[in-house]
Amino acid sequence: MTTPHPAEAAPDQSLVRALITPEGVDLRLTLGSAGERAAAFLLDLLFIAAALITLAILTQAALASMKRQSKEVVEMIWILGAFGLRSGYFILFELTGRAATLGKRALGLRVVARDGGRLTAEAIFARNALREIEVFLPLSFLAMSALAGDPADGVALLMAVIWSGVFLLFPLFNRDRLRMGDIVAGTWVVKSPRVALLPDLANGAGSAAVMVFTPEQVAAYGVKELDILAEVLRRGDARTIKVVATRIQNKIGWTVVSGETDSAFLTAYYAALRARLEHRLLFGHRRRDKFDKA
Amino acid sequence: MSGGELRSGRFRTEREADWRRLESLLTRAERGRASRLSDAELLELPQLYRAALSSLSVARATALDASLIAYLEGLATRAYFFVYGTRARLRERLAGFFRRDWPAAVRGLWRETLASAVIFAAAVLVGYVLVIHDPDWYGSIMPGVFAQGGRDPAASTAFLKSILYDTSHNDQLSSFATHLFTNNATVAIMAFALGFAFCIPSVLLVAQQGLILGALVALYVSRGLGFELGGWLMIHGVTELFAIILAGAAGIKIGWAVIFPGGRPRLEAAAASGRTTGAVMAGVVVMLMFAGILEGVGRQTITLDWARWSIAWVSLTLWLGYFYLARERLA
Repeated sequence: MTTPHPAEAAPDQSLVRALITPEGVDLRLTLGSAGERAAAFLLDLLFIAAALITLAILTQAALASMKRQSKEVVEMIWILGAFGLRSGYFILFELTGRAATLGKRALGLRVVARDGGRLTAEAIFARNALREIEVFLPLSFLAMSALAGDPADGVALLMAVIWSGVFLLFPLFNRDRLRMGDIVAGTWVVKSPRVALLPDLANGAGSAAVMVFTPEQVAAYGVKELDILAEVLRRGDARTIKVVATRIQNKIGWTVVSGETDSAFLTAYYAALRARLEHRLLFGHRRRDKFDKA
Repeated sequence: MSGGELRSGRFRTEREADWRRLESLLTRAERGRASRLSDAELLELPQLYRAALSSLSVARATALDASLIAYLEGLATRAYFFVYGTRARLRERLAGFFRRDWPAAVRGLWRETLASAVIFAAAVLVGYVLVIHDPDWYGSIMPGVFAQGGRDPAASTAFLKSILYDTSHNDQLSSFATHLFTNNATVAIMAFALGFAFCIPSVLLVAQQGLILGALVALYVSRGLGFELGGWLMIHGVTELFAIILAGAAGIKIGWAVIFPGGRPRLEAAAASGRTTGAVMAGVVVMLMFAGILEGVGRQTITLDWARWSIAWVSLTLWLGYFYLARERLA
């Protein structure tokens, strides 16, 4: 959850939505991508299946200890459990403060009202009731025809697959990655990951105070290169650091002093470059990248 | 050049303790009841939230540390949803739902409920008339699940009667009842969820349930078992059919909003009606659970017609009173 992955530093701009707080600050929410949504859902299905299997095993054990054989009780628990779990699981978890199922939590997602207001219980119910027709209904048809030993019903199978396909792929066909349930409930799913506060890279430059760069040398790059540099330093991969350091040294005409390591050089250069760019930023010049003349 | 000399570094050093404090409070708050926040901490949280927001604004304008901005955005977003989100605990939300939200939502839906009930009643009548005049209709109206066990026009009157009072296979029947509950719940949820297709599926589902009921009644009435069937059906049927009518009403409401969105965009209108009917539907599932219990347990243990009928009437009175009676006292 704390990876300084580039995707986290610079989210896909087409998925960023404005959410202006009453204090007037734009939180710039990022919508969960279709892949993340699918992964979260699959995780949830796994959890539900695991819970159901545990439930079944426990009932079997309880019945066995009571020395009673009752297929009906087990069957009843299965039917009720499957229904209760698949409806209750999503609703109860989304009713909690974090507004996310376990799968969504694992992927750093949460459900939010589209208008930025409170997420009401009605909305949560509506969005999950729709899940019933999106996924579970055709699935249960499939299961039923399989149980009835009627696999030859190809048309029903095809219809179920098409039906589910239309709904499952629905989020891919709208800008906001809404599924049918989101549309009816007025919700969407956004990223709300727990980002860890990483140490400030510029602090590591203290030991390399001897390195002094000329104004021309620190003027070689812009913000984009600064971010990439930070990325490289955080990864700490020795080979990449060497390649990048050599490239920068060539570009700015830096002569390497003996005993000077590549990462020390990069850290010092990062601090110097950031100091310069932030200084310029205070005067209203945000230099996007090295081609930007600002 | 040391990091402390960077303006953004100093900015961060000065405020970092507050951010960390907010983070730890949020983590505890999100964890739930066990680590409930004290009053002082609850008062502190919005202040820390506003401080974090202003830090975010400053950082966006002056700092070029992408990871710092990502952290602050994440923190401010989490805090926003805590400060402006629903604060009520799950139990309070559930209590509020049964005390206020559900009956209010049902009352708000009275027009659609009436329409749904009329459609249902008309379908019952049609099913009844069709089967009374030509028993062959029975087979085409009844779905396979309900026709199993030999309950069809070819069966003898004695057999049909025995079904009504059969208590010998309690186990099997309770399993059948749970099956019916999930089946009914699925029907109800579909009647609601398919409403966005211009009400048509909702109306069809409600009508289909009515037809089935009408056909069954016709079969039994033709054998002079109408009163007995009424007890057998209505002991749970009042609750169950009420629930299905409500689900149909909710579907109609959504479909209506899609057809006639008024001044709003269609999507928005559908969302608004989906939210208002969501509460009704959550309650419908609860009603169907009651119905399932009445059907699985009540009907198997109570075999006297008048007792079944009185339970039916009592439950009807209770539901109507719960939904539609004025309740200033509770509000």
